[in-house]
Amino acid sequence: MSSVAVSAQAALDASRLDHHKRRKLINAVALTLSLSAMAFGLFWLIWILFETVRLGIGGLTWALFSEMTPPPQAETGGLSNAIFGSLMMVSLATLLGTPIGVMAGIYLAEYGQKTWLGSTVRFFNDILLSAPSIVIGLFIYAVVVAPMKGFSGFAGVLALALIVIPVVIRTTENMLTLIPNALREAAYALGTPKWKVIAKITLKSARAGVLTGVLLAVARISGETAPLLFTALSNQFWTSSLGEPMASLPVTIFKFAMSPYENWQKLAWAGVFLITLGVLALNIAARVLFRTKN
Amino acid sequence: MTATLQAPHYINAEMQRSEPVGTPPAARRSSPWADKLFSSLAHAAALVTLGLLAAIIASLVMGAMPAIREYGLSFLWRSEWDPVKNSYGGLVMIYGTLMTSFIALCIAVPVSFGIALFLTELSPHWLRRPLGIAVELLAAVPSIVYGMWGLLVFSPVLSTFVQRPLQKLLGDVPVLRDLVSGAPVGIGILSAGIILAIMIIPFIASVMRDVFDVTPPMLKESAYALGATTWEVVFKVVLPYTKTGVVGGIMLGLGRAIGETMAVTFVIGNFNQLNSLSVFEAANSITSALANEFAEASEGLHQASLIYLGLVLFFITFVVLSLSKLLLSQLKKREGSRT
Repeated sequence: MSSVAVSAQAALDASRLDHHKRRKLINAVALTLSLSAMAFGLFWLIWILFETVRLGIGGLTWALFSEMTPPPQAETGGLSNAIFGSLMMVSLATLLGTPIGVMAGIYLAEYGQKTWLGSTVRFFNDILLSAPSIVIGLFIYAVVVAPMKGFSGFAGVLALALIVIPVVIRTTENMLTLIPNALREAAYALGTPKWKVIAKITLKSARAGVLTGVLLAVARISGETAPLLFTALSNQFWTSSLGEPMASLPVTIFKFAMSPYENWQKLAWAGVFLITLGVLALNIAARVLFRTKN
Repeated sequence: MTATLQAPHYINAEMQRSEPVGTPPAARRSSPWADKLFSSLAHAAALVTLGLLAAIIASLVMGAMPAIREYGLSFLWRSEWDPVKNSYGGLVMIYGTLMTSFIALCIAVPVSFGIALFLTELSPHWLRRPLGIAVELLAAVPSIVYGMWGLLVFSPVLSTFVQRPLQKLLGDVPVLRDLVSGAPVGIGILSAGIILAIMIIPFIASVMRDVFDVTPPMLKESAYALGATTWEVVFKVVLPYTKTGVVGGIMLGLGRAIGETMAVTFVIGNFNQLNSLSVFEAANSITSALANEFAEASEGLHQASLIYLGLVLFFITFVVLSLSKLLLSQLKKREGSRT
């Protein structure tokens, strides 16, 4: 072999080795960046949770649950009326929104799976699911608050229910489509009417999933502030009447956090701690429930 | 043999059918009306959802009518917002909304891509689930928590470690100086954008992770077998295969960022000005203008202008989310057709 060929071969090898090295380097850089992106994401979660616990846990006293929202710069005070208002509005909204959501989810999965109406509803439901919640507030203001000439807890319930519906529809449909068709066919073969197949067979087998969806919806509306701002407004006093403006935890936190008063800010942190704890617990519960049932 | 079917000889026309003995079984307990009722309930619920969207759009258009009649489309580029003079224009808020969302996307897209890459290719199997859940929990934290944290914890940090050094560094540079001006409190477009980014990272990352998982393993394995590095597999095989889904996920995040209210309201400063384009100057967005002013707005042109802003917001998110949905369903279709 001539020396020219040998040196050409050597040059080629060297360039290949070089190319290989460069590719490995790019790979290493990219993977390191990916690792740091993951760390970056976790960093915020940990930082937010840490600050919430650090600043909120001090305010966790009995008075928080037993006393009402105080005036600025008062010595004592709690969030009892806001907590009560939130619990009341969230539970009523869930009771109102869940049946509609489940029925519409049943329609999508069992009746209109491939129809024109089905795909239209599915499309617009997905848009409602991510639509800005403040627009829902505007809508309820226009159709409930303005004609009734006053903010009310009832309007807040309606606004929250409108947020529950798309979440429940989405999960119900997803869970029902997971049920194997053989189960439906077996029931039909026994002469079971369709509504009974749905109620007693498919919905029953999917109930853990549907319940997960409801829990996620509850978690979502417990933290919602924007749709309540001009529907339920807020209230400094205890009220259980749906016809009056009603305090809620998120709106109270918003009002208190933006204020310059120290006692209000402290209460706001305690409220934020409560909400975060509640919402994360609901989310984890939903996941555990879904996992054990599947 | 004849192929015709013949009735057996014992059946003839005269033969009567025997009357059934006894009574027929009791009617099924589930009569057809139950079936019809259930079906119509399901249909009604679906129609309610559809009607809801129509009603939202109709009520926004009706509420905004006075402002639409007064300003028409010029509302979109009028920057004056003055309740005292009763003269309104949405440019400041629309700029704030678009700018904060743009900053949020610039940060969130690369980070989400990194997280999705980590979760699908790098992470050991036992770690995938907990990490995925952690990212999803970030999405579950209510926006008011982000807002309060942003205002009271993050803004001071941003001010001390980013804003002041930048102002010191660029204090003498003519144009750049104006981009970082503003009171050193860390409030404004930039902090709103960063907080929005933190909020939409989980949405984009989990969509990206899901669509990356859609890539057929055979495709990836073939690339690995040819000696491709992990990065090359993701960048040259997975990404091209899933690009519609990835764009759909980004659009979903954008839709969220545009419509986010509370977190932005806390940190954007709520000040209607467009004189300075500095990212540290207090500004305003559509959602925070609504959150702050709507409950106190006087009926008439002020309220109508705010509803007009809401209509613009809904229109933008509607377009963005529809695009996202279309792109994502395109990927799903392809997934269905692959063998």
